[in-house]
Amino acid sequence: MSDIVLKTENLTKYYGGVHALESANFELRKGEHVAIMGDNGAGKSTFVRQITAVEQRTSGKIWFDGKEVNFAGPIAAREAGIETVFQNLALADDLDVPSNLFLGREKVLFNLGPFSILDRKFMRKATEAALIRTAVKIPNLSNTIRHMSGGQRQCVAIARTATFASKLIIMDEPTAALGVQETMQVENIIRTLKANGEPLILISHNMRQVFDLVDRIVVFRRGRIVANLRKHDTDGNDIVSYITGAKTGEAELAA
Amino acid sequence: MTQTTHGVGGLSYDAKKRTWPAEFNVFLALIILVGAFELIGRVFLGDSFLFNTRANVDTIFNEARLQIIILQVSIVGIIAIGVTQVIISGGIDLSSGSIVGATAMIAMSFAQVATVNGNPNPKAMFLAQGWTDLPVIVPVLVAIGCGLLAGLVNGSLIAYTRIPPFIATLGMMVTARGIAKWWSKGQPISFPTESFAAIGKGLMPVIIFISLAILFQLILSYTRYGKHCYAIGSNEDAARMSGINVKNHKILVFVIAGILASLAAVVLSSKNLTAQAGMGVMYELDAIAMAVIGGVSLSGGRGSIIGTVIGALIFGVIISGFTFLRLDAYYQEMVKGVIIIGAVVLDQWRQRLRAMRA
Repeated sequence: MSDIVLKTENLTKYYGGVHALESANFELRKGEHVAIMGDNGAGKSTFVRQITAVEQRTSGKIWFDGKEVNFAGPIAAREAGIETVFQNLALADDLDVPSNLFLGREKVLFNLGPFSILDRKFMRKATEAALIRTAVKIPNLSNTIRHMSGGQRQCVAIARTATFASKLIIMDEPTAALGVQETMQVENIIRTLKANGEPLILISHNMRQVFDLVDRIVVFRRGRIVANLRKHDTDGNDIVSYITGAKTGEAELAA
Repeated sequence: MTQTTHGVGGLSYDAKKRTWPAEFNVFLALIILVGAFELIGRVFLGDSFLFNTRANVDTIFNEARLQIIILQVSIVGIIAIGVTQVIISGGIDLSSGSIVGATAMIAMSFAQVATVNGNPNPKAMFLAQGWTDLPVIVPVLVAIGCGLLAGLVNGSLIAYTRIPPFIATLGMMVTARGIAKWWSKGQPISFPTESFAAIGKGLMPVIIFISLAILFQLILSYTRYGKHCYAIGSNEDAARMSGINVKNHKILVFVIAGILASLAAVVLSSKNLTAQAGMGVMYELDAIAMAVIGGVSLSGGRGSIIGTVIGALIFGVIISGFTFLRLDAYYQEMVKGVIIIGAVVLDQWRQRLRAMRA
């Protein structure tokens, strides 16, 4: 049990009469990279929103880092060590890279309430360290996000998760809007995270990417987990049949 | 050394290609404007705009004119400092001019003398209560209280009822003007104490304006408050998701804007030695215009106090320049409008150009 980072038991979410997520049982081990796949409306994002406490679940239990948790909101989840790269990036366009990495949790020289003086040198140094750790290449840290390419923005958003001692990183379609080279850059960062032993949940529609990057694939269909397969025990066609419903029933993970 | 490995990952970065700060362009515009007035003055009037031409005064520059340029914009400039941080954080404040009016009336009532030329002060609001000849701190604190209250109402409306700032402050603009007129039933309030009159005497407005400008430039650049202003102005959702308390921040932004407007009211009524219900009319638009000319983006997230100060100076130069050229005041208003539009168009054009190069 001790090497399990995240575990959910019968995680369920209803939106009124809509059963968006039903009895999801999920486990993630230390250093493991897991992909969540499924059609639009299959419950992938709903699942993530319950874990990160963006929404409050209808029923079910969540264990994180060895403890049962009930986060009050996304900020509490983040403070506990769950970092999310949102689809809409959540970056402030007019701020530079260090300011974005430390947004909402600025390091201060001395505390004067809202008028606390920022420790800009420390934040710049920590930013450089985080970028090196995630192998992100940004030519000029003082440049504002507005003047960066889509790939660079995505890299900043990912580097942000690595700035703080995060215990779990969740990425929601990180390469959906990127070009070929930019996608490669982001995938390289994910490989670096793997090498560093940082656990990751990756939501993606890209079959090649999923088979390239992760250890295990979890398929959602109509609010339920219909497959939980090790990468080596399955192939693209198999996954597609689970996604489309050609194959049904809970596929057991081969022990 | 221009090629440096700036940033991370060994990518080279050409320091020569660094874009200069937006304030530089505004400053350039100021110099061009002064140059234009100088040139027109020399050619058509045979007089200098900037330099001293009188034999009886021993200075290089026309110091009287320079003083007037900055003195006549310093009171609206104080408001513009508050408006700048409101606009940077994605809002707008239309109420500052009316807050000046209401605050001037109320604060002046606590700054009056008991007797004028041996007779009881005919304009005193609180003669019966004996609230006359009070120490100067009383009217100043009353003024700050008024500004704080107005800002608190503005900010709370925007944060909790989610009314757009334009509407919330428009309501405050009308209401505060009503309060200004109701306070003394339209009568002017005059005869302040010596100590109150000293606040706006001579170049005091300029000193107060510049001190506040330096203070707020430092706050916006070096504090968490400043960082959050820019963050909320450029992406409010991102700021919220990052754990910034956006509601509290917005309230604080409007409270500070209200307090700065009330300080402008103190300086203005002290300088004029009287308070009238019509004080500060259109000041909110002048303040917004100074900020916009100074490069503050109306869509939020961009701008600085330095820019606004230069914007204010451009304002002052235009007014003085037209007086110097002996042109009617009507032309001033027309040209002001053109310059505001021109500043925004230029800024957007520059932004597009920068985005293309990046």
